[in-house]
Amino acid sequence: MILDPIHWAALGVMGPLLAGLVAMEGRPRAIRLGLLAGIGSSVAATAGLWVAVSLDGPLRHPLGGWGIPLGIELYADGLSVLMLAMTALVGTAVSLYSTAYFGDISQRSVRDSPAGRGARFFAPLWLFLWGSLNGIYLSGDIFNLYVLLEIMGLSAAAMVTLAVTSQATVAGMRYLVISLVGSMFFLLGVALLYIVGGSLSMERLATLDLAGPLPAIALGLMTLGMAAKTALFPIHGWLPPAHAAAPAPGSAILSALVVKGSFYIIVRLWVHVFGGGAREGLLVLGILGGIAVIWGSIMALRQLSLKRLIAYSTVAQLGYLFIMFPLLFPAGGGWSPDAWSGGLYHALSHAVAKAAMFLAAGSMTYAVARDDIRAISGVAHRLPMTFFAFGLGGLSLAGIPPSGGFVAKWLLLRSAVEQGGWGWAVLITVGGLLTLAYVLMVLRYAVDQTEEPEAFREVPRRMEWAAMSLALIALLLGVRAAEPLSLLEAGGIVPWR
Amino acid sequence: MTPLALYTAAGVGLFAAGLWGVVTRAHLFWKVLGINIMGGGIFLILLAAPPRLDPLHADPVPQAMVLTGIVVAVAATAVALGMALRVAARTGRPFLDEDVPNRSAGEDDPGSGRE
Amino acid sequence: MTPVLDWEFLPLLVVLSSFVPGVWIMFLREEQEALRSSLNLIGAVAKVVLVGLMLRGVGAGAVYEWRLQVLPGLELSLIGDALALLFVTLSAVLWLVTTVYAIGYLKDSPNRTRFFSFFSLCVTATTGLAMAGDLFTFVIFYEALTWATYPLVVHRGTPEAIQAGRLYLIYTLTAGAALVLGAVWFQVEAGTVAFAPGGVLEMAAVEEAPVRFFSLFLVLLAGVAVKASFFPVHGWLPIAMVAPAPVSALLHAVAVVKAGAFGVVRLLHSLFGIEVAWEMGAAGLVAGLAAFTIIYGSIRALVQDDLKRLLAFSTVSQLSYIALGVAFLTPMAQTGGLVHLVHQGIMKITLFFCAGVLSETLQVKKVSQMAGVARRMPLTMLAFTVAALGMIGIPPIAGFLSKWYLGVGALDAGAVWVIPVLLASSLLNAAYFLPVIRTAYFDDPDPEGWDDKGRSRWFEADWRLVVPTVVTALLALASGLFGGIPWSPLGWAELIVDRSIL
Repeated sequence: MILDPIHWAALGVMGPLLAGLVAMEGRPRAIRLGLLAGIGSSVAATAGLWVAVSLDGPLRHPLGGWGIPLGIELYADGLSVLMLAMTALVGTAVSLYSTAYFGDISQRSVRDSPAGRGARFFAPLWLFLWGSLNGIYLSGDIFNLYVLLEIMGLSAAAMVTLAVTSQATVAGMRYLVISLVGSMFFLLGVALLYIVGGSLSMERLATLDLAGPLPAIALGLMTLGMAAKTALFPIHGWLPPAHAAAPAPGSAILSALVVKGSFYIIVRLWVHVFGGGAREGLLVLGILGGIAVIWGSIMALRQLSLKRLIAYSTVAQLGYLFIMFPLLFPAGGGWSPDAWSGGLYHALSHAVAKAAMFLAAGSMTYAVARDDIRAISGVAHRLPMTFFAFGLGGLSLAGIPPSGGFVAKWLLLRSAVEQGGWGWAVLITVGGLLTLAYVLMVLRYAVDQTEEPEAFREVPRRMEWAAMSLALIALLLGVRAAEPLSLLEAGGIVPWR
Repeated sequence: MTPLALYTAAGVGLFAAGLWGVVTRAHLFWKVLGINIMGGGIFLILLAAPPRLDPLHADPVPQAMVLTGIVVAVAATAVALGMALRVAARTGRPFLDEDVPNRSAGEDDPGSGRE
Repeated sequence: MTPVLDWEFLPLLVVLSSFVPGVWIMFLREEQEALRSSLNLIGAVAKVVLVGLMLRGVGAGAVYEWRLQVLPGLELSLIGDALALLFVTLSAVLWLVTTVYAIGYLKDSPNRTRFFSFFSLCVTATTGLAMAGDLFTFVIFYEALTWATYPLVVHRGTPEAIQAGRLYLIYTLTAGAALVLGAVWFQVEAGTVAFAPGGVLEMAAVEEAPVRFFSLFLVLLAGVAVKASFFPVHGWLPIAMVAPAPVSALLHAVAVVKAGAFGVVRLLHSLFGIEVAWEMGAAGLVAGLAAFTIIYGSIRALVQDDLKRLLAFSTVSQLSYIALGVAFLTPMAQTGGLVHLVHQGIMKITLFFCAGVLSETLQVKKVSQMAGVARRMPLTMLAFTVAALGMIGIPPIAGFLSKWYLGVGALDAGAVWVIPVLLASSLLNAAYFLPVIRTAYFDDPDPEGWDDKGRSRWFEADWRLVVPTVVTALLALASGLFGGIPWSPLGWAELIVDRSIL
């Protein structure tokens, strides 16, 4: 049997979902097996598609005979593979981390405690989430996107409530409501687009050159829904409590990966399906992103909880992703490849760096059972590697070289300066400084060794190493950027028309 | 006004009414219900989509979408209601309170819990 | 002639020779002292040897280039040419000396693992930026330097140190942000960020949009001026004096401030081109700022009682000689500026070493406590005197040559105003250094005020403190005495100017 490259895509979606079912069984061995299968299928799918897309360009595959013009299909191009790779990379590290973080659930006492219940359900939820994310990146039609978004939203909200505090429960519930309403907006947009265009395929819709008020309304509705899920200012309020309340591996997944899923859909819609849409719309996205950068950073500076600080940082960093939109399509017409590479590279390096930070923060709170910035002074001394991972991740976020964040910032800045967009250039620069301010607020407690932690629990090596490897990858992304970014170009014409 | 246009208008109305409910009602049950009403509105709009190929027969695609959508909505509603019950059980109130009783962070977070 | 070693990755090895020990040490335990010191010393010696190999090659006309593409159009490039080697050699030699000194200075103090790790990383960043072949690489190492030095500045962990570190970061990180913005802007305007002798900008392009290019220059200058401690952005430097003495020595003589000064050289000569820079008024601005800073720093130094603060303000002043020299078009002035990069480094590190010996051995930190200290510490004060006289510009010590070349070069360029600046500065230098020397030699000692840790077997203090101090003082003397031979700093600076201008 000759393996069609598109089977890799099927593996990427179905593998983690099936692995999730295995992990549902709940015994430690099943959980380990499920996670292993999830990692294996995702990594294999990413690698296979990476090769296939680099060699042959975008891949398409109709599902169940519902091809063009209806267009229920799988689709993979360079952007898809980049997002898959990001998910596989971060996902693998988080999976390994989680096996140590939740403790030894083979012991009955651990398994039956409220915390142990959370431990049991983390792996299946995460694997469903993983499958839905891979599906989103591989879906060629907007209705499949809706279905996968719902799987993503449900498992993500449930993951928040794995921490059995009342705060976590409320935060998770709020997240679920926002997420479901966002999906409804998206579905309404899907319905309108189908009525206007008679197709669900994104590629097909892109060729129709949709004009008039109805497609614009559809785009607006879908963007609104996705912006809510991506926590774009001013619909960001749900994110910090939710991301901070989840157990640490969950926080890492939510902040690094889940928000990227809905962000990816906005990119697909605006860049590919609508070919830039209207300049005013792009500007609105960019300005909201700019406000998010400033506001999120200022709020991060005011937090005393380490995980909340990192969560607000996510709000700020997602803002950077939206600054990309007005830069992509310069006022004079045309297309800025720098903004494209820079924006998506930022998405990638943010995912890696943010996951490193959340995992490191998780190790610190694991050690002292306190989520307080002031408590980490002694911890930094005891867990130098974890602290280092946190610092490296933070510096990458702030765009300090050498790091993926620095390359991304360089490209975005270059795009802004080339277009004479000085406002954007200054915003990007000031945002970087604000990021430094809150990263440093944490780092300064490292050199302060006056306080020794009163209680200290040993942190498993695997947790320390998982965070550290991600931090080192964030660093490495600053030295080797050519390969991931060439993928974006190899994946076919950008944008589609 | 054609029946199809009427359906579409009703669908938009339902969507708006559902959204209104989600935004204004504090009780979680109403919020979940509101989301369901929003979904119902969309399904109505989809069913009222003009026939695409053959004017005499309804387009099967929206029907398939509505069927799938209903399945998804049932699942989502079940999860949402379950979580709403959990909220009520843990905070004593079925609302999204900003100031839930502030138990120290991570108190029984599995990662930081200690026997 | 012996064949020249043509390893293109020699510059990379030079960088790695301190990077590898730095990272390795980070994972050592505090009590693994022997291994830690060995790693440090092996790295330092290896670096000196590697630099020696490169010196021989470059002296014979070779250029070492190592590149790694990050993105199409952006690469990490390390180039070992004559100019880079001037700075690299300085760092390598002084790092070796300072390592010995630091091992002695910090014996029995806490957190040495962290200290020596970042100490090595700091030198890694310095050699990296010295050999940076383009602005992109320069920016990377320039920022890395900030992060490598921060843990050293706050090493003691006192509230005062943390406050100083905070200020240091605010200054340098803001500057770093400006430098990144300027670098990107430069790439957009010029299409490249590669350093080239004589600059990469076309005169015609600059004349078309003078305001735009001048703004670009200002942004980039803001980026490098903070580390070069130009007035009015010098404020971090005296406050960073809370750091341990080897750090002050390394920061002030080699790493941070020299990175800034070297940045000014790169900006004027390798990016804009000195002729274009004069035409657009940028070089004039630098010369003026430098001249003002020279006088300003000296005046501030006059009223300091704290020895290290006095030395810090002296650094503010002395550093600007470099910028002043390279801002002129004439070869003599450029030679004077470049050679001062080395001369100031050797002399200032000697002074800081002395200050460290005094504070470590006798707990003497203020000038007013130094009465008669020369009787207890003859070697140290002799070294101090040599370096201080050199700073003033007394022949035959190194500083004299710098000032001579600067003065003659400025006259060649028709900038007569530089002469009074140099004279005034020398007088002011004398006014703040001579009283210190007089106090140390001629006032009656007051051993009650000292907290004497005692002599070592052979020397007046721990040999690891005294020997480096004497060595650098001898270097300062030798650089002045043997300025005429090709391998002296002056000879090398002349080689650089010859090669890039002729």
